[in-house]
Amino acid sequence: MSNLFNSMIEWIDKRFPLTSNWKAHLSEYYAPKNFNFWYFFGSLALLVLVNQLITGIFLTMNYKPDASQAFASVEYIMRDVDYGWLIRYMHSTGASMFFVVVYLHMFRGMLYGSYRKPRELLWLVGMCIFFVLMALAFTGYILPWGQMSYWGAQVIVSMFGAIPVIGDTLQQWLLGDFTLSDAALNRFFAYHVVTLPLVLLVLVFVHILALHETGSNNPDGIEIKENKNPSTGIPVDGIPFHPYYTVKDIVGVVVFLFIFCGIIFFAPEMGGYFLEYNNFIPANTLQTPDHIAPVWYFTPYYSMLRAVTVNFLGIEAKLWGVILMAGSVVIFCLLPWLDRSPVKSVRYKGPYFKIALTLFVISFFVLGWLGTKSPTPLYTLLAQIFTVIYFAFFILMPWYSKIDKTKPEPKRLQE
Amino acid sequence: MKKITIVAILILCMAPFSVYAAESGMPLERAPVDITDNASLQRGAESFVNFCLTCHGASYMRYNRHRDIGYTNEEILEKMVHTGQKVGDLMLSAMRTKEAEEWFGVVPPDLSVIARSRGADWLYTYLKAFYRDDATGTGWNNLVFDRAAMPHVLYQLQGEQKLEVNGDQKSLLLDKPGQMTGAEFDKFVGDLVNYLVYLGEPHANERKELGVKVMLFLLGMLVLSYFLKKEYWRDIH
Repeated sequence: MSNLFNSMIEWIDKRFPLTSNWKAHLSEYYAPKNFNFWYFFGSLALLVLVNQLITGIFLTMNYKPDASQAFASVEYIMRDVDYGWLIRYMHSTGASMFFVVVYLHMFRGMLYGSYRKPRELLWLVGMCIFFVLMALAFTGYILPWGQMSYWGAQVIVSMFGAIPVIGDTLQQWLLGDFTLSDAALNRFFAYHVVTLPLVLLVLVFVHILALHETGSNNPDGIEIKENKNPSTGIPVDGIPFHPYYTVKDIVGVVVFLFIFCGIIFFAPEMGGYFLEYNNFIPANTLQTPDHIAPVWYFTPYYSMLRAVTVNFLGIEAKLWGVILMAGSVVIFCLLPWLDRSPVKSVRYKGPYFKIALTLFVISFFVLGWLGTKSPTPLYTLLAQIFTVIYFAFFILMPWYSKIDKTKPEPKRLQE
Repeated sequence: MKKITIVAILILCMAPFSVYAAESGMPLERAPVDITDNASLQRGAESFVNFCLTCHGASYMRYNRHRDIGYTNEEILEKMVHTGQKVGDLMLSAMRTKEAEEWFGVVPPDLSVIARSRGADWLYTYLKAFYRDDATGTGWNNLVFDRAAMPHVLYQLQGEQKLEVNGDQKSLLLDKPGQMTGAEFDKFVGDLVNYLVYLGEPHANERKELGVKVMLFLLGMLVLSYFLKKEYWRDIH
C-alpha cells in the first residue's frame, strides 16, 4: 500500500513539483516557535474566505440580481430553500467576522512591527487584500436590496460624485444609469461574485508567497533566519509549520467556530450590527431613512467622512470628507516607512509608541461607535477630535518612534 | 502583553451587544414573545389571517410552512386559507395596490419581516396605542406612530381610547369599552405579535435546536484538538 502511494507521488513529482512545494510551504517552512494568540488570525482569515466562497456559490443558485425580485429572493432563500437560512447566515456572519479577523490580523502587524523591512511588500499586498475586501463587502451589502443596501450605496456612490471635474461622469459610469437602479444592482452583483473574488484569490496567493519568501515575523520582532544551525541551515528558533502550527491552528479554528456558530445559531442579527434592522425593509427609492448607518466595519471611516463640516483651503467640506475617508485607509500603506524605531516589536518599544497605539485604538473604537449614531453637534465635535488623533498616530510616527526610549532586542526568541 | 489581549477580546465581544438606542420618544412595552408556544402562534395566525391579511400581504410566506406551528395541511386550509388559494401558495393580500393607494394614501407594507425591522416591542405597543383623533383622515391616530395611515382595525375588540395630555406626559384612557377586557386584549395582541415574530423568521426554532447540537459537537472537537496539539508540542517545550 505504502509502496503504491510512494510510486504515485514519484510519478506526480516527475510531472509536477508536489513534494518540493509541500516541503517549501508546509513541512519545511520554518516558523518562529513563539507565536501567540495574535498569530491565529491569518489562518482564520483563510477559513472565513473559504466559507464565503462556498456559501456564496450556494446563495447565487437562488438569488436574483433584479431590483424587483432581489429582496423576495433573499426571503425565498430564508424560508423555502432547504437550509437556505443557514447558508445565508453563514455568509452574512462570515462577512462581519472576516473584518473582525482581518482587523485583528492587521493589529498584530502593528503590535509586532510585521510591516517593517523586509516585509514591506507583504504588508502592501495585505493592504490590497483589505481594499478588495471592502469593495466586496460594499457590493455584497447592496444585493439584498433593502433600505440600508440602497441608501448606504447611495452615500458611497455620491462620494465618487464629489470628485472634482470627473465626478459626475465617473458616478454615471459606475452606476450604468443616472441613479442607483437595476443596472447598478446587476453590475455590482457581477463584481461581487466574479471580479472581486478572483482578484482576492490572486492577492491572497501572492500574500502567502511573499510571506514564505521573507518568513514570518514573531512577537519579539527579531529575524530567526539570522541565527541558523550551522550544520543543518535551519533557524534554531524555527519549527516546521506542519505539523506544529497546523495542529495549533486547528485549536484556533475550533475556538473561532464556537464564536462564529454562536452568532449564526443564536444571534444572527448580532443586535442589528451584522444584519441591520432597516435592511429588512425593501428598498424604497422615494423614501430616505431618517438615519443611514453603514455596517459596523465601515463606521470608523463613515465618521471621518461626516466629520468635516466647513469648506477650507478652497475645497468643499464634502470633498474633504471623501479625502479623509480614503486617506484614513490608504495611510496604513505608509506604515513601513513611517516607523523609524530601531526595534520592531511593541515588547521593546518605548512609552511613546505604546501611548500612541493605545490612543489610536481608542479613536478607532470611538469613531466606529459615532458612525452608528445620528450626528449631533457634540458627536460631530467628538468625531473631529478623534479623526485628528487617528491621523496623528500616523503622521507623527516618524518623530515619536525615533525619539522613543526603546529596550534592547534579545538575540534569541523569548518564552 | 496578556493584558492587551484580554482587553482586546473583551472589547470585541462587547461592542456588538451595546443596544441601539430607541429612536421614538414613547417608551415601548415588552411583548410576550415565545415562538415555541404553538397554541399562542396558532391563535396569532388565525387573528393575522382575519384582521391583517385583508390589507397587508405576507407575500414571502407560504401557507403550508405553518406545519411548523403544529398544523396539518388540512387544518391550514380550514383555518387560514379563506380566499380559495392552494395550501402551497404565498400569503398574498386580498387588496389591490391601486385601491390601497386610493384608500390609505400608501400601500400597506408587507408584513413578512415586519417584526425584524420594527421589533416585537414596537409592534406590541403600536397595536395598543390607537386613539380617537378627528383631525386625521381615518379618525384615528397613534401614540407610537404619529398620523399612521392605518385605521384602528381592532377597535371593536379594544374599544376606543382617547388621548390625555398632562404637560409633557401623554397617556391613553379607555373611553368606550370594546368586546374584550384590557387583559384579554393584551393577550390577543401578544399572540398576534408572537406570530409576527415567528413569521419574520420561521426557521428560528430549528436554528436554535441545530445550534445546540453544533456547539456540543464543537465542544468535543475542542477537547480532541487541544490534546492533539499538546501531544505534538511536547517536543518543543
